[in-house]
Amino acid sequence: MKRKSRSLMIFGVLGFVFLYAPILSLVIFSFNESRLVTVWGGFSTKWYGELFRDPQILDAAWVSLRVALASATLSVVIGTVASFVLVRFRRFRSKTLLSMMITAPLVMPEVIIGLALLLMFVAMESVLGWPGERGIMTIIIAHSTFGAAYAAVIIQSRLVDMDLSIEEAALDLGAHPVRVFFDVTLPVIAPALMSGWLLAFTLSLDDLVVASFVSGPGASTLPMVIFSKVRLGVSPDVNALAAIIIGVASIGIIIAALQVSRSKNMSQS
Amino acid sequence: MSEANAVAGLKPWTDPNAVPFLQIKNVTKKFGEFTSVNNVSLEIYKGEIFCLLGGSGCGKSTLLRMLSGFEDLTSGQIIIDGQDQAGIPPYKRPTNMMFQSYALFPHMTVEKNIAYGLKRDGLPRAEIATRVTDMLSLVQMDAFAARKPHQLSGGQRQRVALARALVKKPKLLLLDEPMGALDKKLREETQFELIKIQESLGVTFVVVTHDQQEAMTLSSRIGVMTAGKIVQVGTPREIYEYPQNRFVADFIGSVNIFEGRIAEDGESHVVVACPEAGLGIYVPHSISGVIGQKVAVAVRPEKMQISKDDLGDLRNKLSGIIDEIAYLGDSSVYQIRLNSGKRVRVNQSNLFRSEESSLNYGDRVNLGWAGNAGIVVTS
Amino acid sequence: MNSLPLGSKIGALLGRLGLKGRILVIAIPTVWLLVFFLIPFLVVAKISFSEAAIARPPYLPIVEWIDGFFRVNLNFNNYLFLLEDPLYLAAYLGSVKIAGVATLIALLIGYPMAYLIARSPPDQRNLLLMLVVLPFWTSFLLRVYAWIGFLKGNGVINNLLMSVGIIDEPLVMLQTDFAVYVGIVYTYLPFMILPLYANLVKLDEAYLEASSDLGALPVTTFLTVTVPLSLSGIIAGCMLVFIPAVGEFVIPALLGGPDTLMIGQVLWNEFFSNRDWPVASSVAIVMLFVLVIPIMLLRWAQSASEGETR
Repeated sequence: MKRKSRSLMIFGVLGFVFLYAPILSLVIFSFNESRLVTVWGGFSTKWYGELFRDPQILDAAWVSLRVALASATLSVVIGTVASFVLVRFRRFRSKTLLSMMITAPLVMPEVIIGLALLLMFVAMESVLGWPGERGIMTIIIAHSTFGAAYAAVIIQSRLVDMDLSIEEAALDLGAHPVRVFFDVTLPVIAPALMSGWLLAFTLSLDDLVVASFVSGPGASTLPMVIFSKVRLGVSPDVNALAAIIIGVASIGIIIAALQVSRSKNMSQS
Repeated sequence: MSEANAVAGLKPWTDPNAVPFLQIKNVTKKFGEFTSVNNVSLEIYKGEIFCLLGGSGCGKSTLLRMLSGFEDLTSGQIIIDGQDQAGIPPYKRPTNMMFQSYALFPHMTVEKNIAYGLKRDGLPRAEIATRVTDMLSLVQMDAFAARKPHQLSGGQRQRVALARALVKKPKLLLLDEPMGALDKKLREETQFELIKIQESLGVTFVVVTHDQQEAMTLSSRIGVMTAGKIVQVGTPREIYEYPQNRFVADFIGSVNIFEGRIAEDGESHVVVACPEAGLGIYVPHSISGVIGQKVAVAVRPEKMQISKDDLGDLRNKLSGIIDEIAYLGDSSVYQIRLNSGKRVRVNQSNLFRSEESSLNYGDRVNLGWAGNAGIVVTS
Repeated sequence: MNSLPLGSKIGALLGRLGLKGRILVIAIPTVWLLVFFLIPFLVVAKISFSEAAIARPPYLPIVEWIDGFFRVNLNFNNYLFLLEDPLYLAAYLGSVKIAGVATLIALLIGYPMAYLIARSPPDQRNLLLMLVVLPFWTSFLLRVYAWIGFLKGNGVINNLLMSVGIIDEPLVMLQTDFAVYVGIVYTYLPFMILPLYANLVKLDEAYLEASSDLGALPVTTFLTVTVPLSLSGIIAGCMLVFIPAVGEFVIPALLGGPDTLMIGQVLWNEFFSNRDWPVASSVAIVMLFVLVIPIMLLRWAQSASEGETR
């Protein structure tokens, strides 16, 4: 039954329009001369200029970038080890526990995660004397924790699909298990690691709620700054920022999609 | 002929002084309650191509994995060239395996795949390069050295997998359904090539397969397995012509089984009274049995003759009606219904070209076989 | 042969440690998650039994060492407070209602889209999926912000409708429950589509063809064959939308009105505005209890769909 009903197709198109219209409007109105964001007043790039002259936004962007880079990397490391352990190791005592912990952050409301982590940091402060002051470090820890959960989903599914016999082949040819991991397993799951990294990176850059809870003075992330701005209403320099982020994200996606189709060719399944 | 082939040709398993290269002693493997390999013992000699033949689930793959070190033994011993393999992990065993799925490293070129095992041995780069090049020539993949596995066809991948396993010159090469993924034509060509390669290198092969034709073509000896046990070991000819039990008789090729009881038990012959054949079947060898004992006589379809004419002085003669004919081109298969209702299968080569067959549905025919064409099986 | 490569050295070292090597590897993610995920929840639970105070941190200690004895102050007041004050009950119910309705809408929109993509030719599928997922990779905050521009009094939609003449006065869309529904459906749609797609793409066409061959109309086939077989995908998608939506903060904060009361906002306000950490904690704990059943449903759906692939 390959014939698709007309109405289904129309519905699909409408669905995609629904998904993309707001994004496109953000980009379009970032070039709007008028401050009234939704009334077109002519083409202008002045808001981009304003954006780059705003120290608050630039500082916050720098903070967010550093946090995202660090937490994405940490997320992939934790996520990879967790995935490997859950998929490859047969049975161990804390397997169910680890499995639940690595998937729970995916569905937990952010306010709960944020609150819990903040209270934890405060408790650790009073008991261990660390962390001293909340800031970039605590945000990185928080982001790495839920980032690892997302990365683990991607990496686990790749590990499960992977043809185990190539690991056995490497063992058979004389490679020690640790060597097998670095020579064979890691290169083969590399695309999944990359996807996981990108996902964790995006989530970190985008996070408002958790960062608000665990941050400290002097460490405002970009979403925090944007949020305080837009609470008061629309703001065209935010549109400009949005356009830039959308542009960068789109380029990233396309690169990633090309990578995925290349790796699909390589895997022998 | 290489020395290896000469050794195999001399049938070392018949030489009481020969020391087996691979000894499998009372090996058992249990997965929980399920016994996959049940007290198997085998002796395999250097330079053999030994096939473990059996249907799916018979335990042959598990046995192979125990040889390579990927499964532990529940009990028993595996001794390769005098060395007990207990506790030795796969990466330290003198065996190499050719995987059913080939398991080529997708991110490495053909060359790097083949070189991988040599690098693990820590050989100097120059030597690795030479050996890889030589091996590529041997499997005729020289032109593909820089390609990646996903750029190769199934047959090409198989050669690379073989090359990768052989380049380390293992004492034992283990092959898991090596022809499984190839189509029929390619399979036949590859089988002969495999034999040639084995002869030139002298490596001992243990092959796991469910394909009888493959086992018959490749092997110096076959071990027939079912339900975790070895039911017969022998050369292809021995297995086919002298099956020791019903299972082997039925598993290899097709066979007609006549049930009956021993009527006469002489020094060099037996007569089996067979009601369903309506005949006392004459078999020219003696067996250790008692008069009246229930036995069966196995006769291969191609050993039978059918004709509308009298079959002269063939020792065992019957008559029946042709029920089914299958024309296969090079041969024809006839299903004959005997007077007792039993159906017998007869294969005949089509020696002559003709537009029509002389034998048709419903024809009454004589069928028979020479005295020594049948063999008695007791179990 | 004397200088072993690094991998083998690590391997040899771990090998000598034997079992311990395995434990070390298992420990890395387990300890991290214990410290930074599981134990924090216990801390929240503990503080929910405390009382707000002008102190750093702003709550009374539960366990005190007085005169050589431990004194445990378990304060259930916070929970009683939640039960008594109608605001909280309304917020919990409101959250569940809004999240529920939004989930349903997302299902109605997402299912056809997932179906469409699953039934497309394989090379088109990846492109379509990429298109579905791409918005998700741009900022969540900014996409919600975009809807402010759309739904405002003088926003895009109102301007469009007025210029075409469909309406005379701008519709009030922003700062309403309606806006929150739109916001939730919009941002969580990929979460609905992806598990549905994963399920539908594995659906063997042969089932549908068999049903049709046996005389069923397309609608009947859909209801009696497709839907039941995609049930685990439906539940997974719904739970992946419902559970985080219940605790949403940003969407009601930016798009909702003064009457829109979601529990995520309540928690935020308790914490940041009222500085009442214990009450915020108890709000969080109760929220977790509310979500237990949906979370269990999700786990069931995920293991069911895993079972289907084997």
